[in-house]
Parts: sequence; structure tokens; C-alpha cells
Amino acid sequence: MRPDTYAYYPGCTLHSTAKEYDVSARLVCHKLGIKLQELENWTCCGASSAHTTNELLSIALPARELQAAEEMGLPLAVACALCFSRLKHSAYELADKEKLDLVNELLGKEFHNTTEVVHLLKVLYEERDAMTVSRPLSSLKIACYYGCLLVRPQEIVDLDDVENPQIMDQLMERLGAVTVDWGFKTECCGASLPLTKPEMVLKLSHRILSQAKQAGADCVAVACPMCHNNLDAYQKDMKRKYSDKFELPVLYFTQLAGLALGFSPKQLLLDKHFTSPLPMLRDKGLADAGIAIKV
Amino acid sequence: MARTGVFICHCGTNIGGTVDVSKVLEAAKSMPTVAYVDDNTYSCSEPGQASIHDAIIENRLDRVVIGCCSPRMHENTFRKTVATAGINPYLLEISNIREHCSWVHGDDKEAATDKAIELVRMAVAKVASLEPLFSRQVGLTKRALVIGGGIAGIQAALDIANADYEVVLVEREPSIGGRMAQLDKTFPTLDCSACILAPKMVDVAQHPNITLLTYAEVQDVKGFVGNFEVNILQKARKVDHIKCTGCGTCWQKCLERTPSEFNLEMGKRSAIYIPFPQAVPLKPVIDTEHCAHFKYLEAKEEGRDLPDCNICQQLCPVSAIDYEQEDQIISERFGAIIVATGYQTFDHSVYHEYGSGRYADVITGLHLERLLSASGPTGGEVIRPSDGLLPKTVVFVSCVGSRDEQKGRAYCSKVCCMYMAKQAIMLKEHDPEVQCYIFYIDIRAGGKDFEEFARRAQEEYGTLYLRGRISKIYQEGKKLIVCGEDSLIGRPVEIAADLVVLATGMEPSIGAAELAQRLKISYDTNNFFIEAHPKLRPVETNTDGIFLAGSCIGPRDIPESVAQGGAAAAKVAALFSQDVLTTDPMVATIDPMLCSGCLLCTQVCPFNAIDTQVTRDGRTIALVNETMCKGCGLCVASCRFGAADLRGFTQQQILAQVTSLWR
Repeated sequence: MRPDTYAYYPGCTLHSTAKEYDVSARLVCHKLGIKLQELENWTCCGASSAHTTNELLSIALPARELQAAEEMGLPLAVACALCFSRLKHSAYELADKEKLDLVNELLGKEFHNTTEVVHLLKVLYEERDAMTVSRPLSSLKIACYYGCLLVRPQEIVDLDDVENPQIMDQLMERLGAVTVDWGFKTECCGASLPLTKPEMVLKLSHRILSQAKQAGADCVAVACPMCHNNLDAYQKDMKRKYSDKFELPVLYFTQLAGLALGFSPKQLLLDKHFTSPLPMLRDKGLADAGIAIKV
Repeated sequence: MARTGVFICHCGTNIGGTVDVSKVLEAAKSMPTVAYVDDNTYSCSEPGQASIHDAIIENRLDRVVIGCCSPRMHENTFRKTVATAGINPYLLEISNIREHCSWVHGDDKEAATDKAIELVRMAVAKVASLEPLFSRQVGLTKRALVIGGGIAGIQAALDIANADYEVVLVEREPSIGGRMAQLDKTFPTLDCSACILAPKMVDVAQHPNITLLTYAEVQDVKGFVGNFEVNILQKARKVDHIKCTGCGTCWQKCLERTPSEFNLEMGKRSAIYIPFPQAVPLKPVIDTEHCAHFKYLEAKEEGRDLPDCNICQQLCPVSAIDYEQEDQIISERFGAIIVATGYQTFDHSVYHEYGSGRYADVITGLHLERLLSASGPTGGEVIRPSDGLLPKTVVFVSCVGSRDEQKGRAYCSKVCCMYMAKQAIMLKEHDPEVQCYIFYIDIRAGGKDFEEFARRAQEEYGTLYLRGRISKIYQEGKKLIVCGEDSLIGRPVEIAADLVVLATGMEPSIGAAELAQRLKISYDTNNFFIEAHPKLRPVETNTDGIFLAGSCIGPRDIPESVAQGGAAAAKVAALFSQDVLTTDPMVATIDPMLCSGCLLCTQVCPFNAIDTQVTRDGRTIALVNETMCKGCGLCVASCRFGAADLRGFTQQQILAQVTSLWR
């Protein structure tokens, strides 16, 4: 039996820059009868900052959330790929009894490291056969982009193949879309470098987008707020730098799932992106108001 | 009362450096039945063996214990020694005080000495209860089977045939020649591969002692050295090869076109076909899957309508086309078998980062051989498969599938470094404007003239070698972008290439493991066959009468395959030079009075060495076929009634060893 209730850790971005990811994820889960119980008083997972400064901190911060989920007795669903990675790393490290004792001392709570951490992509993937698709994405060609953190390192996150992951593709195909076979599913987008090395991000993200375009995609589907930001927000700069003629909308897989399940573009906050997907969706006949479901 | 002689070997310092030999000798003196003790610096040396021989005669010894290295090493040597002194060779017991003692207990000399004494005591106890054993003699069929018609199998067949013994060469493809026939030039001499191979192929076809069975596979194998019974499946060629003259009318006139396996699907062949122009036999087979006549017959059976075609049958001047021909089983007896089933190239589809076959212009080394070959699909012009343009920048990627425990195989495929150097040279010879890059981990050029050849590729032909692995290949417009690292300067590099060549490694041919099971020979985790000894018995298996040659054992280049084919042939010729074979008497026995007839032993025997017999009182009981039994003892362990026993290792003898330790 698959669980129908998950503890839910949105992570910082889903309450701010990636609000549309959070909103669409909640809508889709609601429609599928999956309850997401947001952790109370959750804190930052430590992101890149913690593990570059203090190893113990980088394990203890996620452990705090893992402990909360353990107390609730629920598996922990995570949306952000970086949070997912940090939580998985923490659980992996805490298999070491000495580290677990140390972390328990820091937390001041008893934690047994039994929490199962699941990425939302996997949750929806497991539910794919139970979905009732009311607006098939059959006119859409999607390049599924997993990014580097979602699948790596394989022995820790154990989600899918490292070079050629499939689960997002299979989910999108179940929703009626055509996915493209391309070579950049797990290439680096530039990660947290937009502030320090913007040129690098432009180069890497541009390469990903042009490969997706070359493979014939109408849009890119992502499962990580950082990837989304890099691919979506800088397309104007890329145009200037590489004199590209194209724009390629970048959507969260939850938004695409939401469309297929019948939610309206407005409900899914499809108007929040820098590179608007709406003209493309209108072209494909996928931008009608749909059903408004109250949540 | 037995008179046992105990001889302890120092093995230089191998044993003597750890075990106090004089203490062992002193202890042995008081062991039951021991009449004489002595030591030797090297018992296996000529003076060592002579002193054992002389001691046996002078002291009227009738049993011998030698404390030395493993019996796997020198048991046979010392059997011969005691036999020359008039003792039955099976009244010898080896006490392994080297591998089982001195080598593993070097840190505690006293304990090692104590253990050596105990090991010798056990051997003395066992030797006293040994009984003389006698070998039996069986006849042999002086006819050899060679499985696989690549260069190793061809060489083996020719050498046996030239020694005037009959050979049957079985090849599953329609022609012999193997992988070597697909190659353009050979390194480091740049001989034309087909030109040096074709005469040998013709020799095989014309040799009066060789029967060539192409398009055939070994189905099952029974028997033992000297007396193998083999069933060979001759697949239906649908062409009568006795009538066929190989005139070529049929394959020229056939209307069907299907991708050519020989050209790795880069060109087409007809449905009735020879795989390549120099094929031996130069007689076609019909590929029924693609032949219009057979498609018509299949459709008719399913009630569909398809046009019939029998143009080959109509045009054949000697009426050799026989659509009715069926598969056939050929049963033959052989005295020896040589396995030379070769290799196939690693399937690179697991390397998603290299495109998994997504990019038409990412090809393998074998593809490039076909493109370089004058008899290849492009007539020797190297063009890009995608658009037919001439590539100017070519990047080679080493170790695809080799030296990669994550996605491929852990071993080095050995030939790739050299074939890449050769291909880089040939590309430059074909078109001086070509620039080749080779990404490598190491340049492995160990072999006669190999290093010099690899240097020529760099110095004379300007090939750029970059040390590092490739992380990604992707297409941008018409170019393939190859991303990697130059680990000597520690920088990422990107090269925009027109053609990328993956140096895919070697792995055993498909079906190797199944064949090994049929032959009852061992194979490793990679499905390569295992030699009886990697250094000293490189072309023999642990199954008597079955020999190996070429890259079915591990990656081999052409000269090694030829040498091994010849070596295996020499082993067969030596075997066939005997008129009778002596069998090992250390085999299982079954006491007919104790056997209940449960026949559990027939199920556990890995060698099919247990038959059944009906006793006079009508009971069905087990009976050991002594020529097939290898003496493994599984039947003894499985027999619930104590009826099975192993000569030379009887229950009583082993018990004697164990009880000698209760003191």
C-alpha cells in the first residue's frame, strides 16, 4: 500500500520564489487524495552554505526536520531537489551511530533515523496509473530536465539512473505528453552561481535550453527551484549574449501534472514565470480556464 | 607392517625459513609405521628426487609421505619418483606444509612448526591405510572438433590437419573468418587483414583432412577425453551446397535488401547471401526471415496475401536452391575439442553520456574498420553515416566498456590502444586534412613494435593524445561536441568533432556461458573461459581433452590468437599420438551391496559419470563410469547409505587422518 499522507517539507524557496511549485504541488496532491501535512516550525535545510562551512551543521539541520517527521510517524515528502539532497545526505550520514548520538545531543530530542525521505516526483510517479487525465498534454513535446542533485549521488539518493533518468519522462507520457530523448537531463545548470559567476550560469543554462530546443521540445519540465530559476529567469540575458531566436518556457512538473488533471493556468500560477508559457500553451490548446477546484 | 618414509622439504627458505624442519623430522621418527626420515633443500630437484628414490630402495620403504608444497604443484612429480623405486604411485601422500602452513604462518614460527608436525602426522596416518591403485586404459577417436572459425580456430584446424589427423570445424555464421575478416589493416605492420586471412580460409576449405560445417552450432556434448559424442545442429541453408558452384547469380538477382550484419548494418545485403566477397565457403544461405518466398509462405499460413518470389530458384543454373531443406542434426565422435569462440564488441548503449546510439556519427572502432575497408559499405571512403560528408576532425574515446567497473567491465581489452593508433594513421593516410584526437587513460602499447607504432601515430601523423576521460558527447548543429578533461593540464576541454569513434572493448561472444555449460568447462564472471593454469597451462581446460584458443579466454590480439590456435593444436596432436589413454584411478566406487538405488548420486554428479545397472536380483543400482568420473566426491557426500566411496580418499582413510589428531 502506498501511503496517502505525507509529512511535507516545502523548503525556503517554495514559500518565496518558487511559490508556483508549492501551489501546484498542493493542488495536484489534493486532487489525487494525497494529504500533505506541512512540518511545524521547519527551518532551512542548510542548503549549500552549511555543508561548505560545517559538516556537523549540514547533518544536524536536516536531521531536525527528519526528527519532526519521525515524530509524526509519516514519510517525508520533499519538493526542492536541493532540500531532498541534503535530507538524504543527512539520513545517510546518520547511519553512523556516533554521528547520530552527537546529533541527538544537539537536537535535545530522541531521533532514530527511521524517516523515509521521498521526492514529490517519485510520489506522483508512483500514483501515475491512478490519475484521471481530463486535459491530455498530447500536443506537447517536453524535455524533462532532472538537474544534477535529484539523482546524484546514486548510492545516497537512489532515485533513478544518473545519466538517463526516466521517471519524469514516464510521468509526462502518462499525462499524454511526448517526451524528447536528449542528452542533457542531468547536466549542471550553474546552480547557485548566478550571483558570483553569472557568465558561467548563462553558458551552462543556455547549453541546456538550446539542446532541449534542438531535440524539438516545446518546453522544459523541472523538479528543482534552483534549476527553474537559472533556466527561466535569464533567458533575456542569454538572448543578448548568444543572439538566440527562441524562448523556451520552463515549467514545474507539478504544473504540467496540474494542467493535465484539469486545473486552470491561473490556479497553477503559470503567469508567474519570467518566460511566459502562456502563448505556447494557448497555441497548443492547453490554456483554457479548466475547472476551478477550491482547495 | 607398513614401512613409511617421511621426507620434509625446505623449499629453500619457503618452508625452512618458518618451520623448524629438524623438529618435524624428530617428531616424525616416533610416528607409527615410520621407518625412515630425511630432509631436502629442494625435494623436486633432480638430486632431491634421487635421494628419495635411493632411500626407498635402501630402507625397503613401501609408503612415502612428503611434506612440501601443494599436491596441485608436485604430486604427479613425486608419484613418478616413487614409481621408479618400485612403489605403487598411489601409496604416496603429500602433506602441504607450504601453502597451508609456512606461507600463512610466517609471523609465528613455533606454531607453524607445531602445525607442520600435525599435518605430517595426519599424512602418515592416511598413508598407512592407502591401497595400491591401478590406471585403466581406454581407446580414443583420433578426430578433433574445433568450435569457432575465427583466426584462432582456423589456425588450430589447419595445424591439426597438417599433423594428419581429421578435423571438423564448426562455425555458426555462414562463413568462417570471424572478426579478423571485418578488419581493414592490422597493427603494427599495416598488413591488409583480409589479404593475410583469406588464403588461410581457402586452405581450410581445401584441406582433405578438414570438414567445414558453417551455419552450424554445437548442440550437446557427452563423453570424455578420447571419446566425446557431439551433436551438431546444421541450420537449414535452403541451398544444396553440394550442387552449388557459388556462381553468384542468386545473390545478384535477389530483390530483397536487408541490413548487412557483416558491415554492422551500414550497408545492405540480399536475402540469399554470402556475408562478404571473400567468404568461405563461397556459397550462399537464405535468410528466411527476410526472403520474399518465406514471407509469402508465412503470410499464406496466416491467411494474408503477399506476392511470392522464387527468382533465385528459377535462375540457379544447377538447381541448388532447396526451399524444403530442414535443420539437421549431425552426430559425430571426437577425441578432443578446441573451443575458439572469440569475442564480440561491448554494447555501448549503457553510456547515455555518449548518446547510447542517439547520434549517427558516434560510431565504434569496428564500424570504422568497415568504413576504412576497400570492400566495406562505402568502398573504403570514410564518410559520416549521417550525411555522407568527409569528417575532418575525428575524436577517439578509449576504454568504452573496458576498465570501467561501474558501467562496463573491469578488465583492459588490450587491443584498443593499438587499433586507435592504427585507425588514426589510416584516417590521415586516407585524407591528409583529417585531425585525430585520442582521449586515453594510459597508452598500453606493450608488444613487439607496438610502442614505436603508437609514437608514429603521434609524431608522423600528428595525432593528438589527450589524457582524460570523456564526460559527455552531444550534437550542436552538424558538429558533435566532445567534452572531457585534459588531466595533464587539469582543465576541461571541448572539441567540436565531425566523427566520434568509441573504442568499445571486447567481451565473450554471445552464448559463451551456455556453451561452457554444455562442455562442462569453467568460465569466469565475465563469461571468459578459464584455463587450467593461467601461466603453465594456458590453452588447456580442467576438463581433459578440451582445449581453448584465442579471445574466448580473454582479450587477445591476432598474433596471440594464432599462437594459441597452434598451441592447442599441438596439445591435440600430442594426445592423438597415443593409441590408448590411461585413466586416473582416484575415482568413485559404489558398493552394490549397500546401494539402495535411490540414485541421488546421479543427480548431484556434475560429470554425468554415474550410470545405472540392474543386479541379478532385479534391483536398479548406481554404477560409476570410471572414465568419466573426476573424483570430486559429491556422490560420496550425498550417499545416505555409505555405498559410495572415493578411491584414494576413502571414508576410512580420512577418518584415520582425523583420529591421528586425538592424542
